[in-house]
Amino acid sequence: MAHSARRDCPELPDFSLLKTLARDHLIYLLEQLPGKKDLFIEPDLMSPLDRIANVSILKQHEVDKLYKVEYKPVISTSDQLCFLIRPRIQTVKWICDVANADKAAGKCRRYKIIFTPKKFYSCDAVLEEQGIIGDVTTDEWSFYLLPLDDDIISLELPEFFRDNFLAGDQRWVKTAGSALHLIHSLYGPFSKIYGIGRCSKMAYESWREQVAEGEQRAQKAEIGKVFLIDRDVDFVTPLCSQVVYEGLVDDIFRIKCGCVEFGPEVTSSDKSMKVMLNSQDKVFNEIRNEHFSNVFGFLSQKARNLQTAYDKRRGMDIKQMKTFVSEEFKGLKQEHRLLSLHIGASESIMKQKTKQDFQELLKTEHSLLEGFEIRESISFIEEHINRRVSMLESLRLLCLLSITENGLLPKDFRSLKTQFLQSYGVDHLLTFANLRQLGLLVEQQPGEMLTVMESKVGKLVNDKTAGKLTDAFSSLARKSHFRALSRKLNLVPRSDEEYDLRVPRDMAYIFSGAYVPLSCKLVEQVLDRDGWTGLEEVTKLLNGHEFAVTGNNGADSKAKGNAQRIVLVMFLGGCTFSEISALRFLGREKGFRFIVVTTAITNSSRILESLLDNHV
Amino acid sequence: MSFITANWNPLGEAFYRKTELYEMSWSLRDGLRDSLVAAAPYGGPIALLREPQRRSPSSRPQLEIYSASGVSIASFPWKSGPVVQVGWTVSDELLLVQEDGSVLIYDVFGTFKRHFSMGQEVVQSQVLEAQVFHSPYGTGVAIVTGSSRFTLATNIDDLKLRRLPEVPGLQGKPVCWLVLTQDRQTKVLLSTGPDLYILDNTSCTAVSPPGLGPQSGSIVHMSVSFSYKYLALFTETGHLWTGPSHLQDKLNEVDTKNTNPPQQMVWCRRPKSQQPSVVLLWDKLLMVIGVRQDNIQFPMEEPCVLVGELDGVRILSSSQQELLQEVPLVCQEIFKIASMAPGALLLEAHREYQKSSQKADEYLREIKEQSMLGEAVRQCVEAAGHEYDSITQKDLLRAASFGKCFLTDFAPDPFVLTCRELRVLNSVRESSVGLPLTHTQFKQMTLQVLIDRLVYRQFYPLAIEICRYLKIPDYQGVSRVLKHWASCKVQQKDLTDEAIARAVCVKVGDSPGVSYSHIAAKAYECGRTELAIKLLDFEARSGEQVPLLLKMKRSQLALSKAVESGDTDLVYTVVTYLKNEMNRGDFFMTLRNQPVALSLYRQFCKLQEQETLKDLYNQDDDHQELANYQVTASYREKRLDSRLSLLQSAVDEYNKAKNEFSAKATEDEMRLLRFQRKLDDEKGAGLLGLSLQATMEALLALGLHKQAEQLYRDFRVPDKRYWWLKLKSLAEKEEWEELEKFSKSKKSPIGYLAFVDVCMKSNNRFEAKKYVSKVMPEQRVRAHLAVSDLEGAADAAIERKNESEMALVLSRSSTSDRLLIDRLNRAATVAKK
Repeated sequence: MAHSARRDCPELPDFSLLKTLARDHLIYLLEQLPGKKDLFIEPDLMSPLDRIANVSILKQHEVDKLYKVEYKPVISTSDQLCFLIRPRIQTVKWICDVANADKAAGKCRRYKIIFTPKKFYSCDAVLEEQGIIGDVTTDEWSFYLLPLDDDIISLELPEFFRDNFLAGDQRWVKTAGSALHLIHSLYGPFSKIYGIGRCSKMAYESWREQVAEGEQRAQKAEIGKVFLIDRDVDFVTPLCSQVVYEGLVDDIFRIKCGCVEFGPEVTSSDKSMKVMLNSQDKVFNEIRNEHFSNVFGFLSQKARNLQTAYDKRRGMDIKQMKTFVSEEFKGLKQEHRLLSLHIGASESIMKQKTKQDFQELLKTEHSLLEGFEIRESISFIEEHINRRVSMLESLRLLCLLSITENGLLPKDFRSLKTQFLQSYGVDHLLTFANLRQLGLLVEQQPGEMLTVMESKVGKLVNDKTAGKLTDAFSSLARKSHFRALSRKLNLVPRSDEEYDLRVPRDMAYIFSGAYVPLSCKLVEQVLDRDGWTGLEEVTKLLNGHEFAVTGNNGADSKAKGNAQRIVLVMFLGGCTFSEISALRFLGREKGFRFIVVTTAITNSSRILESLLDNHV
Repeated sequence: MSFITANWNPLGEAFYRKTELYEMSWSLRDGLRDSLVAAAPYGGPIALLREPQRRSPSSRPQLEIYSASGVSIASFPWKSGPVVQVGWTVSDELLLVQEDGSVLIYDVFGTFKRHFSMGQEVVQSQVLEAQVFHSPYGTGVAIVTGSSRFTLATNIDDLKLRRLPEVPGLQGKPVCWLVLTQDRQTKVLLSTGPDLYILDNTSCTAVSPPGLGPQSGSIVHMSVSFSYKYLALFTETGHLWTGPSHLQDKLNEVDTKNTNPPQQMVWCRRPKSQQPSVVLLWDKLLMVIGVRQDNIQFPMEEPCVLVGELDGVRILSSSQQELLQEVPLVCQEIFKIASMAPGALLLEAHREYQKSSQKADEYLREIKEQSMLGEAVRQCVEAAGHEYDSITQKDLLRAASFGKCFLTDFAPDPFVLTCRELRVLNSVRESSVGLPLTHTQFKQMTLQVLIDRLVYRQFYPLAIEICRYLKIPDYQGVSRVLKHWASCKVQQKDLTDEAIARAVCVKVGDSPGVSYSHIAAKAYECGRTELAIKLLDFEARSGEQVPLLLKMKRSQLALSKAVESGDTDLVYTVVTYLKNEMNRGDFFMTLRNQPVALSLYRQFCKLQEQETLKDLYNQDDDHQELANYQVTASYREKRLDSRLSLLQSAVDEYNKAKNEFSAKATEDEMRLLRFQRKLDDEKGAGLLGLSLQATMEALLALGLHKQAEQLYRDFRVPDKRYWWLKLKSLAEKEEWEELEKFSKSKKSPIGYLAFVDVCMKSNNRFEAKKYVSKVMPEQRVRAHLAVSDLEGAADAAIERKNESEMALVLSRSSTSDRLLIDRLNRAATVAKK
């Protein structure tokens, strides 16, 4: 069942160092405020913090009580308050309120704000405006990267996506650059850096600047190549329903910081249970990348094996029994527990996903990807909206339709939007404005017809004039060229061939063989070609901003070390578990090991939720 | 060569020698008489102020600055007030302490830099005497005022004035005084005649030097050594007392037989030497007194000035400059007559070798027999460092080089280093440069400082040569020099901006560590804004350009540079600055041209200043965003009428933005809200805020069919939607008759499979079956399957001759239905044909 990995796969670098560094730095900062203190933690920092330093470590460094930042008056009695927060104006304002309330009550306390990963100027501006800049001390906890697994590192910055791509606020770009710099200084020097997207380019430049300022000590490279990619290069992939086990678990149960909470329906008890999902979990490790249709077979096989192992004890004498219990039994018990959990989860998934509706949903998605039976798909979506099945799902299908079809026909655009508003409330007008701005849900422009013409003509006439034409039109609106990209990169395999999901032949298996994720395909192509040569047409369709740079240690790049086959892929704006699975597959096929660095793990719901503006 | 010892004078166990450093290149009309002379230690520049007390405005005193070799650097008439004392700082700045307590600072080229005052009260009481002193904290100034009070500034770069306590019984100025640095404290030692006091921050303590009897009389002159370790006191009876400066011990007491107080008294010792000595200067006599009773006397022909150094005393006269120092031990050993030290033998061996004499071998053997060759080489190398004369240096180094040929494991580093350093030292000792540094001084002051001093003197090419020759990393070496050079270059008034910018760019290029913004800031300081902007263009890191651009009020440019840098904090800094500097209209216009800055500011406004956000959109005539803003605002509004009015303005804005769709949708929303409110009031339905669909659902659930119907018509709800809605609602309430009636009301726009499905959802197979026949042929199989009617499904599939449907039915049938399976299989084979 498990894929046979190429034997020469290089070892991954050890990323636990990142945790140690972050922990040491935090301890150092806490010690800067000697004495007992209460610590207030931003809610979305709770889980990451738990991975870095647990409560007992915090207690060792004189943290008295822990609170969650809840924008409510504080009830602490400590005379030293320490706040561990993201640099958000809202939170800083709340701290100002706390301090001002204390002042009014004549209470005298020490306040320390630790921003992570860095402080923004606007935070200082707020502190100054509220008149408490003299009362607080601030610090920066340079916690940039959290290793979620052996090959996944997250910046845990979900707001990166909205801030950067919707609001055009580039303040996180430097943070991304610093994160890359941190990896570079620990595991570099990199021999080659590729990238695509505006934000990637800026992050790359920010990193370069930081490299130029600091001194790189000579060391053995553990990571050879780096690929940076913006989320807005490929919206199709994250908007598709995930059908690989880990992705499904994320879609349904929401994996948070590498940890999932299974409810009573999964644990088959009355308690819910938090489970870490990573490569330490032997059962999970074997099924995480599998298409869901294979998971059950695998799990039952596993259950049988387990039974056999248990059965061994029959006919054992006392001594054998003793060794069995002391050596194997615990492992088996553990495996048993995990197995029953995953079987429970799978059943729960089955219940939700094998319904007729889901099958039709997948069918519609596949038709959209292939570009066939569009009218049927539209009526499916219409029905979906009319029946108010799920707001996010409806929105997701609308976006998928718009991207794959390069915008909706004006008639459909109006009618679908009207129906959506009728179903889910008119406040989604603002959501539509956001989606339009991102190019996720747009109307086909009359000019579009020309572009279609032009792309056909372009092949006949020479490429240069076509390029000029495209330039002229691309200024009209942000457009998706999914269909053209799909053709050029062969993203949608021919549907008349049978696709055996047990023996995947390409990355399309993560979408039941219907679609090769564009983001991963780009990675594959660029690594194959060692750059963007030959992909000019593709990059033109993706709005350019591609780059390929050889690292400053030119001589080293020729060296065929193992490190050269360790490739770091950095997603700016988030990536999905399906994409990670696809890259793992690609790595096994080509003898690479991929490390995924992402601003956050995302999926369709998270992306769309971040774009909602309905203020409910 | 044998004359090397000719100028050696024995004193106790040591020898003293006087080496000529320079024939002075200056020609002083009146010699050094009647002048205030200040010479900086470590071979620094010399300042001369002629007749400082002359006050008539018609003839101003002349201030002259020379290099140590007497090359004139600057000369100008002194126009400010009467000067009490002149001195140099550690970074070659000239300090002039005026009578009124103000201290003026000039650079080595006589350009005024800044001034500070030693306190307000001094203006009244006047400075009687002042001293400039050096300590680990930098350069300090001490004064004693007409009211007999001392004031100290330990570091003039970090000015903190300390007024010391009063000295009992002191009238006017003390007989003599000096500044001591002890135990990290700066104190003043003073003699009022009969009494000796130490003044520190808080107290004035009387002290008496051990072993100095009252018969010696009062102390009239005192001197402290370069390192503040030793003290020399001269009494009115001509006795010289020496001892450590903490006054706990005594070194020596000598009767000089000379009751006139000396003009100058300076310690002369070198680090690690066991024999400190004091040099006393009278009108025509120079006397060196060691730890014993003996002394050396030199007759002096012309007025001189003594300059204390780390390892000796420089004697400055109008015609020449000499260095008086104890002969280093290693030189003694080598050059002492009939010395048998290994170094001396090696030097001799090499001389014989040059003469091609076999005696060379004899000498070498002799050294080797004692296995002292390594030591011999070391001695020669070290001695070379101490010699001032380049011929002697070469002799010694050649001897060393000769000697190390016979050594197998000799580490070459000290030899190579000494060669390099001597070359550097010889070049800075050149009269044209005039830095008479000894090797010991050079080691103490470090190469970095040497380069700094060359740079202060604007010997840029030499400094760069030295950096390159000694292979100093660019960051600390060449770049630093270039930075100074460029900062100096931009001040040249006779060159055009263009020429300077070009010159700077050509020279500096992209040397690491040279910041163009730094150079530009300098240009701006000199009032050359245009040049500054030109220079900023060369700055690669746009972030560096921003602060200066803001300072120069080029805010637009600053903003675009900040945006370019990609550093949002920087952008934000500029935005805040602009916001305060400009009027609102201009501010918004500026932002409009910078989308990145604009979106950043918008983000901030969204959280902090909602009203500003509105103004921003208004300014841009961005009706779409304005409308969205109004919609957002409407959700914060609790009261319906104000909510409606906000929505109305949103409609207006949408219309202006030609966004009919949104206008229409918002209007509908307003209509819906009114409708909901009406029903809420009438029936307490709790509808306000629900979506249209949810409202209809709620109405149907409440049995308000007529009102639902009304919405359906008023809002032109598509038939399909309404059918779905009604279907679901009726099935949920299990009103099966109503459902059947509804199904017959007209042809269903959503087909009849949905009817089957909803019935089955309520597990009502009986009702469901009613609709199966109405289902369209292509969905009929599914309908039959839904009600678990396999026979019917099979019939329908066979009728339609559809293979996949047959397969579907097959997959659902259990193995016991043999008949059915056979039938289907047969039909399937037929269909395949």
